[in-house]
Amino acid sequence: MTVVASNTAHASVPRLLARNAASFGSRAAYREKEFGIWQSWTWSEAAKEVDAIALGLLTLGVNKGDHIAIIGRNRPMLYWSIVAVQSTGCVPVPLYQDAAADEVAYALENCNARFAIVGDQEQVDKIADVRDQLPMLQQIVYADPKGLRKYDHTDLTSLADLQDIGRKQGDKTLLQSRIDEATYDDTCVMLYTSGTTGRPKGVVLSNRNVIETAKNSSDFDNLSEVEEILAYLPMAWVGDFIFSIGQAYWSGFCVNCPESAETMHADLREIGPTYFFAPPAVFEAHLTQVMIRMEDASPIKRKMFHHFMAHAKKVGPKILDGETVGLLDRLKYTVGEFLVYGPLKNRLGLSRVRIGYTAGEAIGPELFDFYRSLGINLKQLYGQTEATVFITQQPDGQVRSDTVGVPSPGVELKIADSGEVFYRSPGTFVEYYNNPESTASTKDPEGWVATGDAGFIDKTSGHLRIIDRIKDVGKMADGAMFAPKYVENKLKFFPNILEAVVFGAGRDRCCAFVNIDLTAVGNWAERNNIAYSSYQEISQHPRVLEMINSHINEVNEIVAGDEMLASCQIHRFVILHKELDADDGEMTRTRKVRRAVVGEKFGDIVDALYDGSPAVFTETEVTYEDGRKGKISANLQVCDASVKPVASQKVAAE
Amino acid sequence: MNAMVDPYTTEDGRKIGGVLMDMRNITLRFGGVEAIKDISFNIREGEIRAIIGPNGAGKSSMLNVISGFYKPQEGEVHFRGSIRPPMKPYQVARLGIARTFQNIALFEGMSVLDNIMTGRLNHMKTGLFAQAIWKGAAEKEEIENRAHVERVIDFLEIQAIRKTPVGRLPYGLKKRVELARALAADPKLLLLDEPMAGMNVEEKEDMSRFILDVNDEFGTTIALIEHDMGVVMDLSDRVVVMDYGRKIGDGTPSEIISNQEVIDAYLGVAHD
Repeated sequence: MTVVASNTAHASVPRLLARNAASFGSRAAYREKEFGIWQSWTWSEAAKEVDAIALGLLTLGVNKGDHIAIIGRNRPMLYWSIVAVQSTGCVPVPLYQDAAADEVAYALENCNARFAIVGDQEQVDKIADVRDQLPMLQQIVYADPKGLRKYDHTDLTSLADLQDIGRKQGDKTLLQSRIDEATYDDTCVMLYTSGTTGRPKGVVLSNRNVIETAKNSSDFDNLSEVEEILAYLPMAWVGDFIFSIGQAYWSGFCVNCPESAETMHADLREIGPTYFFAPPAVFEAHLTQVMIRMEDASPIKRKMFHHFMAHAKKVGPKILDGETVGLLDRLKYTVGEFLVYGPLKNRLGLSRVRIGYTAGEAIGPELFDFYRSLGINLKQLYGQTEATVFITQQPDGQVRSDTVGVPSPGVELKIADSGEVFYRSPGTFVEYYNNPESTASTKDPEGWVATGDAGFIDKTSGHLRIIDRIKDVGKMADGAMFAPKYVENKLKFFPNILEAVVFGAGRDRCCAFVNIDLTAVGNWAERNNIAYSSYQEISQHPRVLEMINSHINEVNEIVAGDEMLASCQIHRFVILHKELDADDGEMTRTRKVRRAVVGEKFGDIVDALYDGSPAVFTETEVTYEDGRKGKISANLQVCDASVKPVASQKVAAE
Repeated sequence: MNAMVDPYTTEDGRKIGGVLMDMRNITLRFGGVEAIKDISFNIREGEIRAIIGPNGAGKSSMLNVISGFYKPQEGEVHFRGSIRPPMKPYQVARLGIARTFQNIALFEGMSVLDNIMTGRLNHMKTGLFAQAIWKGAAEKEEIENRAHVERVIDFLEIQAIRKTPVGRLPYGLKKRVELARALAADPKLLLLDEPMAGMNVEEKEDMSRFILDVNDEFGTTIALIEHDMGVVMDLSDRVVVMDYGRKIGDGTPSEIISNQEVIDAYLGVAHD
């Protein structure tokens, strides 16, 4: 497949740009809202801008293979810079705009960047702070001149000036030869992984990786030049690179950039994208806003909303999946579309969405179904930087909230004995930059890459299901699989549960800590005339215990239905007397539970869970926001949950 | 005090020009109360001039004299080298003097954009009839003014609230909108009456940055009243200190800090 494409018209992004300028020359390629108006650039205008930047870069003396950093928010100028860098035979390295100065310094040093193209004063200042650590950095080019007029411009240039110089003095023949020299195996982009463990690593993706992936995924969803997307996710993230550059250039569709991060919602409404991507948190924020506004609406509107939403929940997803739905139900859904769903989608800016994707973390079924019931074709995908995003995705009509879909076109999957998911695809990364050991430990000689996630193929649907990070998956005393995060996520989907920690590795059964969500439970208490004076008191209220118990029973029922994970049902639980907090070291700053720390700190409670005592007295040290320490003590109830018998395959096998 | 009228350049590269406004022996009375007693000071082109003092010192009255809202009983106000005759507020605005208020004075029911557009009023030349016909001159003028307003919106980073009614905004943002409206008028002299009152530290930092940026980008001369001494000392080139209607200090922030009379006024002094 690759031999044909290499050295043809499609072997690099700059060549796709030339193709688009020729075939869709007068179609909009970029839009950006500035000064309150959507400014737009056609493909042929964009091509001229890109050329001007590339010519300017050549006058600065960029050499083939140089790494050039790009830092800033999503703006056409910076997207053009990426493609211009590629045109000159250099490698663009997009970095996170909110990265701290030392993180930026690390990346710039690691890739030996001589040039950086940045968005605004903030980024210029950030680099200036660490400039003395970066002797090789020669020139910084900025897009937005605001506040920079009086800076020393000896090694600082505005992008507009660079373009001017390029247009006047740039070597057009040299540029054309650099564009022509690019092959399918040349590096397209280098992206730094977020680096939750150790230092970030530069993932090298070739033209083949990016263009093959863009082609395959565009075919999968029938993307064409008429799509509109909103580019608002970080440019340093592989997803944005694939959506806003890979697929946009392959299919020739329009990339819209919001005015600022705060105006994203308003801009979303104005653009009405047809292809939309968001992490679950964005969808959740949207939904919360809708619900709050509906609570404030007039009683008639509120009644109408709830009535039709209940109907949508019943038949909406079925209609979307093309299943048979009765005529009356369909009629009612149409009325609902006119009265509720249509206006609501318009308000959310999702009226025109043909394909929506969510990924990054597990999405709650309630949340997922809400959008699908409105008729929004929201799907899940599973991917990572090393795969050029796509590993699996859900085809239209086969969408479920608990799977991540079938392998994307061209991707092979295999599940190791340990449960870890491996893949091999045309998008599989070339290497980690200057890091052969990490490359070797991640990618084997046959090209299989370890994802670090445990999962299995669902027998009924043939879809992949991700359980947990492989390092978190353990074994219980009887050898059954223990996947705490899988169960915890299920628990956390209940609005009343803020956080859950499940124990069970090496033990005979699972038990759990639960943190209630004070906002949700407090609201519920108010409606039910339950008086309380503190978090601690409400957390031990008999009716709260009863409510959480029923949630856990529900989860147990679902988990029991899953033959591989049936042993992960929760036998006993405690509602903690304090919220787990990063200040006390119980969570990371990104709100991920530190399982080991929690287990050790609350060792007495864990013991009580397993020794069968009905209650436990505990004393805990807490750190206040001003850094002072104090102690809180509490008497905690230990409750029993109802557990379904495990139809264990172990027993059957023996 | 008038010794240093030669233009000079500050350490951070801003150009300070000649005297823009000169207040000479101003006395302002309300009936028998003397709010301002024989005060003289000047404001130079391109500088940030602060007026400070304890409550009731007469700072706001002084600002109202500068803006032409109050007419002093004694003394002269010189603007660009000649005596400024008594004027109506709109005439003062046409001279290029814009202000914000201690208590926010915006149109609560109107959007942020419309509020800021009112700042362009003096730049609109077309009459009622042309505005009603709309096509042609009025439309062109509206577009030009809107473009100007959009640059101010971009400058103060309030794009996200462009269409929001002012009444729905939090206090800190209202203050910023008020600054935007004053800036939209393209003023030569900008008067800020306690721009940071009631703000938290972060909002104060933002506002300080905007004030410096306005002065830096547009070369606007700024006279401000402020209570937060830290802010005043960081922002201003020169400071006038008032107490009970009298001027008790005038000079650079470092001179003011070491002025015994100022210290007494602020910290109180032991009475025998």
